[in-house]
Amino acid sequence: MSDSTGATTRLAHWYRSYEEQTESVTLGIWLFLVTEVMFFGGLFMAYTLYRSLNPEAFAAASHHLSIFLGTVNTAVLIGSSFTVVMAVWSAERGKQKSLVFWLGATIVLGLAFLGIKANEYAHKWHEGLVPGPDFVFHDTREGVHAAADPNRARMFFHLYFGMTGLHALHMIIGIGVFLTLMVNAIRGKYTRQWHDPIPVAGLYWHFVDLVWIFLFPLLYLIGRH
Amino acid sequence: MSSAALHTQSDTNYLNDGFGIRSWLLTTDHKRIAILYLITNTLFFFMGSVMAALIRIELLTPEGDLVQPDMYNRLFTMHGVIMVFLFLIPTIPAVFGNFLIPIMIGAKDLAFPRLNLGSWYVFNVGAALIFYSIFKGGLDTGWTFYVPFSSTYSATNVMTAAVGIFIAGFASIMTGLNFLVTIHRMRAPGMTWFRMPLFVWAHYATSIIILLGTPVVAVTILMVGAERVLHLGIFDPAYGGDPILFQHLFWFYSHPAVYIMVLPAMGIQSELVAGMCRNRVFGYRAVCYASVAIAVLGFLVWGHHMYTTGQSPYAGTIFSFLTMLVAVPSAVKTFNWTATLYRGSISWETPMIYAAAFIGLFIIGGTTGVMLGTLGIDVHVHDTYFVVAHFHYVMVGVTMMGFMGGLHYWWPKITGRMYDAFWSKISALLIFVGFNLTFFPQFLLGYMGMPRRYHAYPEQWQTLNVLSTAGASVLGIGFVLPAIYFLWSLKKGKKAEANPWGAVGLEWEISSPPISHNFEETPVVINEAYDYQAGHVGVIPSTEKEADLV
Repeated sequence: MSDSTGATTRLAHWYRSYEEQTESVTLGIWLFLVTEVMFFGGLFMAYTLYRSLNPEAFAAASHHLSIFLGTVNTAVLIGSSFTVVMAVWSAERGKQKSLVFWLGATIVLGLAFLGIKANEYAHKWHEGLVPGPDFVFHDTREGVHAAADPNRARMFFHLYFGMTGLHALHMIIGIGVFLTLMVNAIRGKYTRQWHDPIPVAGLYWHFVDLVWIFLFPLLYLIGRH
Repeated sequence: MSSAALHTQSDTNYLNDGFGIRSWLLTTDHKRIAILYLITNTLFFFMGSVMAALIRIELLTPEGDLVQPDMYNRLFTMHGVIMVFLFLIPTIPAVFGNFLIPIMIGAKDLAFPRLNLGSWYVFNVGAALIFYSIFKGGLDTGWTFYVPFSSTYSATNVMTAAVGIFIAGFASIMTGLNFLVTIHRMRAPGMTWFRMPLFVWAHYATSIIILLGTPVVAVTILMVGAERVLHLGIFDPAYGGDPILFQHLFWFYSHPAVYIMVLPAMGIQSELVAGMCRNRVFGYRAVCYASVAIAVLGFLVWGHHMYTTGQSPYAGTIFSFLTMLVAVPSAVKTFNWTATLYRGSISWETPMIYAAAFIGLFIIGGTTGVMLGTLGIDVHVHDTYFVVAHFHYVMVGVTMMGFMGGLHYWWPKITGRMYDAFWSKISALLIFVGFNLTFFPQFLLGYMGMPRRYHAYPEQWQTLNVLSTAGASVLGIGFVLPAIYFLWSLKKGKKAEANPWGAVGLEWEISSPPISHNFEETPVVINEAYDYQAGHVGVIPSTEKEADLV
């Protein structure tokens, strides 16, 4: 787009000012995140209900998750939130190279998270914990009086794969968005005056992190001794 | 006063600003997108009506003779799915909201025009999937998709239709998000919250519901899909799952969805009553607050769909009480529309006939809703034709009257042409009479115990069923007439003036049809929405000094 003087302008013609444009875009992403909260909310509701109905089976199933890998992944994601903040910081100051660097770092950390997650999924597959005809479950907890009902434990894995799968899908979309931003940043599209997409994508990324911050204790930590 | 009026006569408008098919399919003009929606959704409405016609013909006789039970199940399911998800929920916001909100608040367009166009495509992908599932043989779960039937037992095309609804839901979210941002951030100078037309307030409340509710039904459909395809049995009792959880999640959206259908129509109603009576809407602020109250309370009453599921009677009592509360803001609106008539200068043009029909039908639909919200009565008439009659009085009586009234009110603004006054009045009367004849007998049938969703019934109920089918025929004629005279008006209709009704509002202060950017210059709003004393709301300040004064 060009204005009357021929210089490139990033102000869309239906807005009256840059301020109005930035405010609109920011409010837009916040409202989108509200819908995301409600979207994940349905699954969290199901989790809460079934966990309270079958606490024993859920605790037994939870023992099959690796706290070590979960913790590493939590650290990776918190780290990626930091790199996103640095990207926004760089964009606001018009630092091109540093913006590209921090966007790239975010992508690397996102991929690392997905790699570890894929490894965990593969492990569950070998253990026969992926719900389906080959599902087998053994209660591996020590010192319990009665082994947990495998069918009830299976519900835990329905929710585990449902919730972490949906979260991983959001990560993949996020990485796609950040790749686009990085290409645009290399081409010098973002300036000190206009860089709305960076904080907008950043807010989305923080939200996806935050979902994991809830998933980690709910799935990995509760009921472990 | 030296301020210029907004309206200047101009030969170019949004309709003749580009003619090719590309100029329509790739447009980001909110007015053109509104027309795209109007075309597709009218088509969907007629598809849904064909199913309704087949249902009514089957019910003409007590025996199941026209279709087999399997086919009947598919007919009422497809009627419900098309009408609810492809017509009632999206149409008024996507057509009138899209066209009018930017104009009414003095903006050039919605905040995100490309997202707006995208929503139309997303919506059509969803609709295409739904129709694909229908042409492949349909589905038979009812529009409510209750598990375990939908997730495990039904052998019909549940998955394709469910994915279609899931996708169409995103179009709804895109539209709602666009409205909220536009109303918050893009109002013209001087357009304060309490100067906004009630139509805009109603869409604001509707958008809140869309944003909070639609994602929940989306994830619920996703869970049903995961159960059907991936065997992630989240509602499967074999793994400790609870089918009732599905109903909770479904109605958490689908009850508020009723308000997604009626609130925009109530917004239209406020505009019609004010414009046709040339009077300020009585208790303007009360109507604003009532819209928001309905949106909020609407989220707290879903349990009244589940009185017979084994839900605890204490929960039932609370849901019953909250349901009664929704009647309060609804009644506030009804009284205020009625009070607006008082000392108004009423003209019985077609939009006014629809506005009057709206009030009458909404009173019947609303009060029977209160009856159904009462625990004891609901258990007695649950899943009978009483329920069918009640929700048709609300959905057709309110949403459809609002849609038709709005179409007749803003048609001159949208197309720049006047339609035939005589035939439009005949059609409005036919629709009103036909509608009551169709659905009032169903209250009686339901009260006598005729269950919904059956293709055959005992002989003693035939008279009332024949009446209902006769009414549906009248209704059908009533709906075919507008298709004829509206199309006729495009070619032969008299050219419309900027303000054919003598109404007050920014949309009546610009030319008919409007120019592509709506306003020559950003207007400054100096009066509240229905200021019939001043006779106008906006001005274009002719000097800097004047701009500072307002």
